Amino acid sequence: MIQLQIGMSDIKIKIIDREGVSHEVDAPTDMNMNLMEVVRSYELAPEGTIGICGGMAMCASCQCYVQSDHELPEMSDDEEAMLSEAFNVKDNSRLGCQLHITEDLDGLQVELAPEEA
Amino acid sequence: MIKTDILIIGAGPTGLFAVFEAGLLQLKCHLIDALPQAGGQCSEIYPKKPIYDIPGFPEVLAGDLVDNLMEQIKPFQPGFTLGERAETIEKLEDGSFIVTTNKGTKHHAPVVAIAGGLGSFEPRKPLLENLEKYEDNGVAYMIKEPEIYRNKKVLIAGGGDSALDWSIFLADIAKEVTLVHRRNEFRGALDSVEKVQQLKNEGKINLITPAEVVALKGENRLEKVTVKDTSTSEETDVEVDDFIPLFGLSPKLGPISNWGLEIEKNAIKVDNTYDYQTNIPGIYAIGDVNTYPGKLKLILCGFHEATLMCQSAYQRINPDKKYVMKYTTVGGVTGFDGSKKEAPKAVVKAID
Ligand SMILES: Cc1cc2nc3c(=O)[nH]c(=O)nc-3n(C[C@H](O)[C@H](O)[C@H](O)COP(=O)(O)OP(=O)(O)OC[C@H]3O[C@@H](n4cnc5c(N)ncnc54)[C@H](O)[C@@H]3O)c2cc1C
Ligand code: FES
Repeated sequence: MIQLQIGMSDIKIKIIDREGVSHEVDAPTDMNMNLMEVVRSYELAPEGTIGICGGMAMCASCQCYVQSDHELPEMSDDEEAMLSEAFNVKDNSRLGCQLHITEDLDGLQVELAPEEA
Repeated sequence: MIKTDILIIGAGPTGLFAVFEAGLLQLKCHLIDALPQAGGQCSEIYPKKPIYDIPGFPEVLAGDLVDNLMEQIKPFQPGFTLGERAETIEKLEDGSFIVTTNKGTKHHAPVVAIAGGLGSFEPRKPLLENLEKYEDNGVAYMIKEPEIYRNKKVLIAGGGDSALDWSIFLADIAKEVTLVHRRNEFRGALDSVEKVQQLKNEGKINLITPAEVVALKGENRLEKVTVKDTSTSEETDVEVDDFIPLFGLSPKLGPISNWGLEIEKNAIKVDNTYDYQTNIPGIYAIGDVNTYPGKLKLILCGFHEATLMCQSAYQRINPDKKYVMKYTTVGGVTGFDGSKKEAPKAVVKAID
């Protein structure tokens, strides 16, 4: 019963890393995680190059490009301000740390933005 | 040449607390940090934010934690080399080390403790062609001496506190101050935003938003900056003497990664079963900069690692002595400045 529930609360996300390699990963919706943390937990970007500010929308190291047409939560002022100062920003840029893993994101496809030089 | 017992690279919370633990063992410390102030991430990234997991502090602002640490280590008179990055290390025949900074300052110590956190904070540079060509030739990422901008035409880019604060400050000194930001909104302390508004109204700051700098021009020295209005895509050249992009700082492990230390996951591997020593005897790594199985990048873990590191450093510096741990409550704290703190003596008195 419990096992079933755990399995049920995972969604699938496709993440293209900075080398262009695509990974399909399971992300739990019941662990209060955000996309940046999912990337870190699967070590899809080297430690120290993502999540520098711990997820406070203060560094943009978790910037990603959203490639699927999911309905995403609106940007907070903080996220918008940070993206306006970040580099390599595109129209579909979001901060991974501001995207909470919910059922609505099942099937999401994102590409990690390059590491800032 | 600066001489000390333990040379600490990085003046974040871990490095600062190491000074205290070393002081209890009568060892002197000197700290090097690339930033102009102590406190590491706590001062640079989130000074006004609360931390809830420092043992004994239900809540403490990161900036206050740093102030408290500075106060706690004051009796041990640590030396500081601030605003300089540790660049090279050389091991001498007697096993001691010489660490040289990017400004050429030399430090000599028998023990080196790297408390470098996520790395030294380096300015985030905008992606512009020719940027390097104009560095120190019209382009600067930090303002060290505001006086050099007297009567100059300065263009600042950025939307955070430092861009606002420096625009305000230079408005009085420079001939012309232009502030360029990608959005109409600025993210900074309310009074700085209001002050910029006022200076703009008075014509003392030329504000261009929403816009970004897209090109740099000039024969040998920077002469013009091309600014693109992002709402109309129109480009205009602004004549300038200096361009100062202030896009914050990002940490880079940098030169330390070439010191022959074992690196894993952008961090330095250490012996966590004992004393947080690296693969080079005499060099330790403590706090966020190290890694070992189960590592957590937390302030309290850095404090613990600093404490054990100092014990090992003591043995290395005094191989013939045996140290017996004494509680501060029992032994008190005797500073190098002659100060002494100790628990008040209990009275022995009969009650009749
Ligand atoms: C937004 C945010 C919130 C956080 N919240 C918490 C929390 O609630 N609880 C918690 O425990 N932790 C928290 N942390 C993590 C905590 O701040 C770090 O664990 C802590 O700062 C690590 O201390 P440190 O001294 O090891 O390194 P740092 O604080 O990173 O300091 C390292 C210093 O070394 C300097 N340096 C590095 N290399 C060189 C060099 N070659 N030459 C000269 N100087 C160099 C750097 O400039 C820097 O000042 C948070 C971090 C952030 C960003
Ligand atoms: S982790 Fe810093 S902005 Fe997302």
